[in-house]
Amino acid sequence: MIQAGVIGVGQTNYDSKRRDVSMAGLVREAIDKAMLAADIEWDAVDAVVLGKAPDMFEGVIMPELYLADAIGAVGKPVLRVHTAGSVGGSTAVIAASHVCSGQFKTVLTVTFEKQSESNATWALSPRYPYSPHINAGAGGYFAPFIREYIRRYEPPEHIGWKVAAKDRQNALKNPLAHLQIPGIDEKMVSETPMLWEPLRYLESCPSSDGACAMVITSEDRVGSRNVAWIRGMAVRSEGTLSAGRDEVNPQGGIDCAKDIYQQAGIQNPRTEIDCAEIYVPFSWYEPMWLENLGFCDLGEGWKLTDEGVTAMDGSLPVNMSGGVLSSNPIGASGMIRFGEAALQVMGLAEDHQVEDAKISMGHAYGGAAQFFAMWIVSSTKD
Amino acid sequence: MSDDQAPKDYKESFIHLEYQYTAGSATTTFLNQVKEGRLVGQSCPKCKAVYVPPRGSCPRCGIATSIEVPLTDKGCVESFTVVHIPIPGNPIVPPYVCAMIRLDEADISFLHLVQDIEIDQIRIGMRVQAVWKPKDEWTHSLENIKWFAPIDEPDVDVSTLRFKPS
Repeated sequence: MIQAGVIGVGQTNYDSKRRDVSMAGLVREAIDKAMLAADIEWDAVDAVVLGKAPDMFEGVIMPELYLADAIGAVGKPVLRVHTAGSVGGSTAVIAASHVCSGQFKTVLTVTFEKQSESNATWALSPRYPYSPHINAGAGGYFAPFIREYIRRYEPPEHIGWKVAAKDRQNALKNPLAHLQIPGIDEKMVSETPMLWEPLRYLESCPSSDGACAMVITSEDRVGSRNVAWIRGMAVRSEGTLSAGRDEVNPQGGIDCAKDIYQQAGIQNPRTEIDCAEIYVPFSWYEPMWLENLGFCDLGEGWKLTDEGVTAMDGSLPVNMSGGVLSSNPIGASGMIRFGEAALQVMGLAEDHQVEDAKISMGHAYGGAAQFFAMWIVSSTKD
Repeated sequence: MSDDQAPKDYKESFIHLEYQYTAGSATTTFLNQVKEGRLVGQSCPKCKAVYVPPRGSCPRCGIATSIEVPLTDKGCVESFTVVHIPIPGNPIVPPYVCAMIRLDEADISFLHLVQDIEIDQIRIGMRVQAVWKPKDEWTHSLENIKWFAPIDEPDVDVSTLRFKPS
């Protein structure tokens, strides 16, 4: 198989309302930055892969068509990816697989959300036909799974506050991050109002506008560029309403992680992976996913968090950029994880750089936690 | 930011979307029973998993769930949250309890309200039963059940509820 690498990552700054740009302006801003970083011109782009969360979030249906000019897709193959909140991750995997297939040398991929142009909580809370109107946004959906995690393993209450404070402290070192909360700490998180028990306001992700783009190219086109080599990548999904599904520790996530570790030759992710950007939209998902991804045994994830292992100065830093808890342009949120993982091994993460990061992981999940996308990137090709 | 990139004025306008929903044969059968005050799931002929509401197929086995299984309106709270924020467009006034209700003999849960109990008394594994609206208000909807209310039975260990294929 042809080996592919990321040669450019471009991100907009993330904010609650990017009213200085249209949707087209937003995606182009990220693309321009990615192409500048990759040092390529438009004629080098063979195909474009675009992802975003459900069209109902902005009310613009099939925006990839209206955006064709802005994303440079006119006269080129373009593909749109849909996998709910995981879409940023699956879009990256699909773009990279276009390169690995040998059909395309260089693929531009971009993801975005402009949440300010609608109301995602409304869009996620429809009244289903012939049912009571009970859906209460993403937090309302995931909170029962979190409560079940807490019932199983009895972690102390402050774990959620700790993740929320840690990710926002990291965001203070990332000028692109949406939430910049000086002095953020566990106490401040614990004093914010309850939204969906057991989740408090600051344990939940914000609504953001923003876009993330990447240029992925084949090994023969890399040249002397700085590159994040893609050493393993996979997507998995599982039946949302399938009997026996474990929403706390979904099989799709377990299988997806095992697949990328095997591709990358990783025996022990806890010691071999230098840092990870994991999709944590609600605080408790950090320990839950640490377990699901095999960084520790079941019931041990909260201890890693509590011991500071996942902090910036821990042995497995998680969400150095501030994570989804600090910036959440939903459709882009997965790709930001993948792109930030790439920036770490390229040594380009600036103030939130993990020293000497050689192997990092990008992770995304979405829908009702039935969609997963992950990759391992490295500073070395093999 | 140059002048031509200065923030523009935005106007908020609302759109109205109307959907035509086709329930499909499994849901239609289910809703016809719900209109008569009965909860009828469907089971997979292969792995025997019981689905309620039924979607007509088993995601595990990829085959039609053709066998009808009459269920009681009793079950337990598999998990839950207390919603404290108003949701745009939702008439239910917070705080309210949104629970995953697992009916007895069913292998998946569905979301419904839990009431008739202090919110801080609700727990995972608590036994509940449907509180139905008056019969003359019954229609083709799970809204025929106003909410689930606690019943005086011992709590269930939810870890024993995980489906195991037969």
